[in-house]
Amino acid sequence: MSSLAASDERTLPATKPTKAVIQPAWVRIMHWINAVAIILMIMSGWQIYNASPLFKFTFSHSITLGDWLGGALLWHFAAMWLLVVNGLVYLTLGFATGRFARKLLPISPAGVIADTRAALTGKLSHDDLSKYNQVQKLLYTGVIIVGVFVVLSGLSIWKPVQLQWLTALFGGYDIARYVHFACMSAIVAFMVVHVALALLVPKSLRAMIIGR
Amino acid sequence: MGRLRSLLIPGVDKQLLLRDAVKTMPDLARRRFIAGGASFGALTLLTGCDVSDSFSAEEMLKRVSKFNDGVQAWIFNPDALAPTFPESAITKPFPFNAYYELDDAPEVDGKDWKFEVSGLVANKKSWTLEELYKLPQVKQVTRHICVEGWSAIGSWTGTPLRDFLKLVGADTSAKYCWFQCADKEGYNSPLDMRTALHPQTQMTFKFGDEILPRAYGFPMKIRVPTKLGFKNPKYVVSMEVTNDYKGGYWEDQGYNSFSGS
Repeated sequence: MSSLAASDERTLPATKPTKAVIQPAWVRIMHWINAVAIILMIMSGWQIYNASPLFKFTFSHSITLGDWLGGALLWHFAAMWLLVVNGLVYLTLGFATGRFARKLLPISPAGVIADTRAALTGKLSHDDLSKYNQVQKLLYTGVIIVGVFVVLSGLSIWKPVQLQWLTALFGGYDIARYVHFACMSAIVAFMVVHVALALLVPKSLRAMIIGR
Repeated sequence: MGRLRSLLIPGVDKQLLLRDAVKTMPDLARRRFIAGGASFGALTLLTGCDVSDSFSAEEMLKRVSKFNDGVQAWIFNPDALAPTFPESAITKPFPFNAYYELDDAPEVDGKDWKFEVSGLVANKKSWTLEELYKLPQVKQVTRHICVEGWSAIGSWTGTPLRDFLKLVGADTSAKYCWFQCADKEGYNSPLDMRTALHPQTQMTFKFGDEILPRAYGFPMKIRVPTKLGFKNPKYVVSMEVTNDYKGGYWEDQGYNSFSGS
């Protein structure tokens, strides 16, 4: 879609300059489907966690989904389809269209440090939203990788007999539960930063809704 | 029920709604699931769906769960063997777990107890514990995984259920073995025939080389290492071989009936 927009600009130079599409439609649609799916998964997951907590705390009933373990499991294994199907199509398109390579690479430690410093001192430019800065590249790449791991570790604790090779890769059933929890925690941490920054730079939020 | 009552549904008499809802409950045990449904109901209010709409989040979730049952039965190999462990890996102490305290667990007199066999079987004779103990037994050290998430490795000894099914001339083309337990509330659970015939599915008489203690289901437990713990019934008193899905204690409350690990 982004290449389509670029060719529009090339072929129609005379018409009034329309702003280029920053986020193509497929990215926007999948972003919001993913947002709904991940929130359903996390809230129902917290209720499932409460049935047998790994740590000395439980999640408040007010922020969980499903009311009790049985209800939460129904939500978790329903939203799972949304998350996985949407995620697989997203990964396929991300690689096939070259979007991942174009938008997320390269990432360098020096670049991340420089852009983090610039962000913290308020000097990071947001003029061109079509180009991600080094911190964005790192976080977006990181959360995609964590997303793959949260699904794999989830599969390994859901099917420790059928997928016992996968469960073994995670160090066995009990450790896989901690891996699944750690991935969830990383995604929640990402979401906090992600939402806060989107609100600080509202035009990036607009781009993810209407594309430009 | 408190949650149902607190819901505000414009134009609907709450008392009448409650009475209707209670009428549709076939089983007291289902209350818990329905109460859980109340918060799904709140979601449909948010989306502006009328309560009379055929769509409700709860209905959708039940449908997806049924779909998941089918998908899992289709894509997974029902004969896959559960991993086995060395004796050193056994969890000690092995946890007691039920919907009641240990003091309230069924207390079965092994002398009076009989295992009743009914349904699509050639020989419907009841079995005493003494008779069952004479059948060939095997031991397995496998991981018990609870729907709650915890797991524990235990040692179970008993007769493979498939050997017993053969012995009593069960119609193994039937769909389910339906187990009833000695629980006061009438615990039961259906097991699909393919899993009943799984080489590791066992009529268990011993835990850790000792006669199965009361905590783990004396006198007999059905050990199914390829299914979650709630599909491993304890204090079993009867088995019916049937083509009908007759539900189960937890299955009726919303746990996915496949629940295979």
